[in-house]
Amino acid sequence: MNSNSFDLVVAGGGQAGLIAAIVAAEAGCSVCLLEGAPLEYRGGNTRHTRNLRPMHKGPLSVLSGTYDEEEYFDDLLRVTKGKTNEPLARMMLQRSQTSVQWLEQRGVQFQPPLGGTLHLGRTNAFFLGGGKQLVNALFRHAESLGVEVHYNAMVDKLDFDGDRFRAAWVGDLCFSGKTFVAAAGGFEANLDWLRESWGDVVDNFLIRGTPYNTGGLLKLMLEQNFQSVGTADQCHAVAIDGRAPKFDGGICTRVDCVSLGIVVNENAERFYDEGEDFWPKRYAIWGRLVAKQPNQVGHVIIDQKAIGKFMPPVFPPEKANTIEELAEKIGLDSKVLAKTVSDYNAAIGPGEFDHTELDGLATDGLAVNKTNWARSIATPPFYAYTLKPGITFTYLGVKIDAQGRVLTQNGQPSPNTFAAGEIMAGNVLGEGYLAGIGMTIGNVFGQIAGEEAARYALNR
Amino acid sequence: MRSTANVNEGARLMAICNACRYCEGHCAVFQAMELRLEFNSDNLDYLANLCHNCGSCYHHCQYAPPHEFKLNVPGVFADLRKESYGQYAWPKPMGKLYNKNGLWVSIIASVVIALALALTALGSGADFWGVHEQEFYGVLSHNAMVSVFGTVSLFVLLALGLSMRNFWRAMNLPAPWDLDWRSVRTGVKNALSLKYLDGGNGQGCAYPTEAPSHIRRVFHQLTFWGFMLCFASTSTATVMHYGLDLPAPYGYVSLPKLFGILGGFGLILGPLGLLWIKRKADRNTRGEQNQGMDITFLWLLLATSVTGLGLMLLADTQWVGLTLSVHLGVVMTLFLTMPYGKFIHGFYRLIALVAFAMEQEEHQARVGVEQIPIKNVG
Repeated sequence: MNSNSFDLVVAGGGQAGLIAAIVAAEAGCSVCLLEGAPLEYRGGNTRHTRNLRPMHKGPLSVLSGTYDEEEYFDDLLRVTKGKTNEPLARMMLQRSQTSVQWLEQRGVQFQPPLGGTLHLGRTNAFFLGGGKQLVNALFRHAESLGVEVHYNAMVDKLDFDGDRFRAAWVGDLCFSGKTFVAAAGGFEANLDWLRESWGDVVDNFLIRGTPYNTGGLLKLMLEQNFQSVGTADQCHAVAIDGRAPKFDGGICTRVDCVSLGIVVNENAERFYDEGEDFWPKRYAIWGRLVAKQPNQVGHVIIDQKAIGKFMPPVFPPEKANTIEELAEKIGLDSKVLAKTVSDYNAAIGPGEFDHTELDGLATDGLAVNKTNWARSIATPPFYAYTLKPGITFTYLGVKIDAQGRVLTQNGQPSPNTFAAGEIMAGNVLGEGYLAGIGMTIGNVFGQIAGEEAARYALNR
Repeated sequence: MRSTANVNEGARLMAICNACRYCEGHCAVFQAMELRLEFNSDNLDYLANLCHNCGSCYHHCQYAPPHEFKLNVPGVFADLRKESYGQYAWPKPMGKLYNKNGLWVSIIASVVIALALALTALGSGADFWGVHEQEFYGVLSHNAMVSVFGTVSLFVLLALGLSMRNFWRAMNLPAPWDLDWRSVRTGVKNALSLKYLDGGNGQGCAYPTEAPSHIRRVFHQLTFWGFMLCFASTSTATVMHYGLDLPAPYGYVSLPKLFGILGGFGLILGPLGLLWIKRKADRNTRGEQNQGMDITFLWLLLATSVTGLGLMLLADTQWVGLTLSVHLGVVMTLFLTMPYGKFIHGFYRLIALVAFAMEQEEHQARVGVEQIPIKNVG
């Protein structure tokens, strides 16, 4: 065996790939991990994550109460509208019970409640300092186990014998392995690939995560004729600050005041009910809504009453003492915006504003009504944030079985090729999103891939 | 309110951090930040002085350089903190000593040590190289030492007190007798235990490398308590001298000697350890404008303990004159530079931590806000 031959070759250094590498190395495998990004940007989109959503019966580490399989699965069904592989999903929920402990034992730290045990979360365990802390801890642990890590190592060629993996190539370097784990994420940072489905509007998309998720490995796997899940035109998009960087803006670019004001497009007209529902739901729909507007732009308009009532956005808003002046500052027709705002104000019905519940304070008689939290926009100064669609992740992936093996077109699994993380998330999460579930998928399927790869490589 | 490059950079960082908040579990800085929407020199001085420069938020930051946001809270706050020391220093012109602080302190040290040598040598004449029954008092009389150090101490106390008052006012704290004592107790406890070097969950902070460690806390405690024991040694000796009419020299099983020896070892191990891990730590987290302030201070503490223990060992030899002059020079430098060097950090840190405890108690920002809502009394 030469030095470039391993029991397991892992492509991708996010949570899923790291966990697969660690599990196999702990079982006694020689492991090589190929990370496409340079060291400073390692960890894929795990670097931008914040928490994990484990199922638990009774208090678990930093989590309180119980979050059992039925409640969790109901949540999953609700967000995916049924687009999930039930046996795979239920197995994942069951196995997620040990995810927090598994990570803690390998040096990952979780955030203790800030205000004593009264402030314990129930569904989501937060990484202390964020996902990069998890990435750092797992790389440290992997290296202590002897995992050979290569940075700037984007796999650009795969060598298969039928459905059996032989080697992965990074430029001129060949890494052959008895087994292979594909864990290199989705293709949300590949604008050309997105353009195939979305057209030129992608020029106005912002990519919230790592610029290294270009989907190269996913493409190679699909070219190998493995089965896919999901379609290329599906992506998770939220409305974020239009001034955010093209790539890698992460969490801080969110703008969380849509329900406190109105949202207009470039024609200064409203286009959707801003008061439809609470944060998690509206958060996930506004990306697509804005993507359908002219130039993929929206402007959220609030007044003084809303200040301090929402998470502060990263960039300061435009500010003016009149709606007309504000319109000029953000490049809208001032007469149309003034009319939109006054029509909205005039249509507000009776009721008390209460942002903590669906308060029923609504407009009546507008083409697009606001059905909750319809408070007037009348107290100067007025503020505007410009929104653009921010792409979080893509759903297209490879199909796997319960052992994490990728499936060929005839439904047979490859004997030695596995997938974990975002590249196979579509198996469980066919649509929508549930906070922390991406990390749960990466964690559980990373472990499964590592275990099964070790079992195969070591002939156990 | 001032608007310097450091203040503007601090405000830029806090706007990003306040929108992200992933680090809220690490320390008081981020929990205090979350009570605010706008950042100005007052509340940035507050946040910078809450920061213990532990590095956790830097190593765990998704926006750390080379990311285009170039977030480096410990580095920028180190610079801002140093700027704040100069800002609140009394008398105001002396605040300039914080520019090129390492150089100034080194110059003062050389001059003062040389003066101490010259004066004791001149004053004691042939006795400088002699062996004395009263050990060091044979070289320099007790009264001479007391008059020099007494005068300096009075000035130092005044300067420290008035500098602290300036910072106290910027922190928007009420008069000391109107303080909420629960918060004061919490603040003192968090300062003495170095709570915010624990990483936020008790596992330790990311210093000197990204792996959680308690090493910084250990070496800092050795330094702090070493210093306090040395201080206790001097204080008990003063009480014994004046109150009990028991002048030095003291035997090895006396309070001044026991405190001094224990403290001296702490004050050797602590600064050495801090200097060592400082070399290993990521350069970015140090800031760009420290100009030797931290390092000179650590060397000065180390010189104090080494010369002090040296004096104890050599007091009955002919080297007593030389060792004594050097030790006195070092201690004098330490004294003189207390209000104008790294020493001040302990006081501002404590005041900031008390302000933080009050804010947490009230669930409301107090520092750097234009109006303070009046609390119901009664």
